[in-house]
Amino acid sequence: MRHFSLAAFCLLLLAAPFVNAQEANEDARPAQISIPVVTDDAGQDEKVMTDDAGTIDTGDNAWILVASALVLFMTAPGLAMFYGGLVRRKNILGVLMQCIFLMGLMSIVWCLWGYSICFGGGGDGSLVGNFDFLLLENVQLGWNDGPNFTGAVVPMEGSIPRLTHMLFQGMFFIITPALICGAFAERMKFSTMAVFMVLWGTLVYCPLCHMFWDGGLLASWGAQDFAGGAVVHISSGCAALICALMIGNRLGHGSDPMPPHNLTYTAIGTAMLWFGWFGFNAGSALSANGLAASAFAATHLSAAAGTLTWPCIEWYKDGKPTVLGACSGAIAGLACITPAAGFISPMSGVLVGILAATCCYFACTSLKSRLGYDDSLDVFGIHGIGGILGMLLTGIFASRAVQDLNDGSPVGLVEGGGYDLLGIQLMAVLFTILLTVAFTFILLWILERTMGLRVSQDEEMEGLDLSLHGEEGYINLP
Amino acid sequence: MKKVEAIIRHFKLEDVKNALAEEGIQGMTAVEVRGFGRQKGHSETYRGTEYAVDFVPKVKLEVVCGDDVLQKVVDTILHTAQTGQIGDGKIFVSDLANAIRIRTGEMGNDAL
Repeated sequence: MRHFSLAAFCLLLLAAPFVNAQEANEDARPAQISIPVVTDDAGQDEKVMTDDAGTIDTGDNAWILVASALVLFMTAPGLAMFYGGLVRRKNILGVLMQCIFLMGLMSIVWCLWGYSICFGGGGDGSLVGNFDFLLLENVQLGWNDGPNFTGAVVPMEGSIPRLTHMLFQGMFFIITPALICGAFAERMKFSTMAVFMVLWGTLVYCPLCHMFWDGGLLASWGAQDFAGGAVVHISSGCAALICALMIGNRLGHGSDPMPPHNLTYTAIGTAMLWFGWFGFNAGSALSANGLAASAFAATHLSAAAGTLTWPCIEWYKDGKPTVLGACSGAIAGLACITPAAGFISPMSGVLVGILAATCCYFACTSLKSRLGYDDSLDVFGIHGIGGILGMLLTGIFASRAVQDLNDGSPVGLVEGGGYDLLGIQLMAVLFTILLTVAFTFILLWILERTMGLRVSQDEEMEGLDLSLHGEEGYINLP
Repeated sequence: MKKVEAIIRHFKLEDVKNALAEEGIQGMTAVEVRGFGRQKGHSETYRGTEYAVDFVPKVKLEVVCGDDVLQKVVDTILHTAQTGQIGDGKIFVSDLANAIRIRTGEMGNDAL
């Protein structure tokens, strides 16, 4: 089994150049970059451009490249530190490894087939993209030997090279599975985790991403998800809940104390996530324009309001505002504003942050303890609930001043646009939950019977650092 | 020769060390420890889940001294580490068979 998959992977890599060469010879393919347009009306063909300074908006390109790096920064060190601090000390490397390994794994999946299935196009109402961008064909720079033009061509996506678009979106493909890791922290088998994430990314993330962001089914309904409230947060949050339920609680859950082993890491990780989120949300404007500025401001204000709200609830209820509460509130505010950032005004962002922190607080405390599931690091409570709330609040607070979705007529409920958008958002949320829950359940069901989901009891008690990786997170030798 | 083990509060460590040094004690060892006596632990709350923490962090200071200065050492620690509140700690005194300085091989009181 192991040798077979290695050999298959090597074959795939070896075949890559030939696939490119073959396809480059077929001149008749639609949206094919080997027919570059270099005449004056080059702007008419948005997908085919030469490397001409006039066609690339260098400002946009610079911003999206930086935003891509910011989003990668969210997974590690951001999320890795945030999650790492919350587990027990014997499992910190297990968590860091999941985040860092996924940076490698998901990036490779993305360039092999992920980007194509997400953004390959497929027409109005399609469920997945086609294979035009497989192995980054039509994405990376190409060489043209045509009758009209000889030279390098830069495939474009709007005002930025498609490569930049691929990088930016690829970072989302990394952090979404990494978010799920919080649900099964401290007990998941590493090999199964890797296989699950490749399958989950392909079967859940890619279709959702295509349906919202590449003119697919949900986009054709008119559903709006600015930066991934459904694509990233509802999908990872609901998958996390199914993971927690199917893998089962940690040994000693409910009886042994399992406090976070290092909240200092968690606080640092929170600050890194907040920082990276500006790339995530403001970068989703895919341009360095006013919309990006508005999304940036809304993101920041929602995070700020969340950071205030959660600890204040604790202060009122338990007598002390906690650091973990402030961190959780910030992440709840950020997750919730994600779908709404580019549709609502920054001042509405304050309300979104307050509502997010309040709802997520009760989801993580009352709801979780009442239902008894061990979503270890509250992925569902914060990302799932935050994402669902954010999608719905988009329908309520969306403003034509930020994005004119209705040809000048009011958009959101508050603005007087009626229940149309809210209804569509609700449908999109339900669709996302259904698709995620169904596929996550099927994948885990199969993996449980083939590879096994959990480490052995002994391994779990010893801690994943030693039992899975043969290392310790804390060795205090000189 | 005696071994004095004093379990004290963290913030008293510096005071006790200085006071002992003034009395002529030239060496000691400090260890981070956790334990409980009459001082009850506390509770910690993380995202609404409350944990009782029974083992309270303290510092254990180990001093080895000659029988002649034992009383002085104990008194010094007692007076310096005392706040009068529950949780000040304890002092344990035990006989010690021998002490050896590794560099020279000196033994007993000479090794201190």
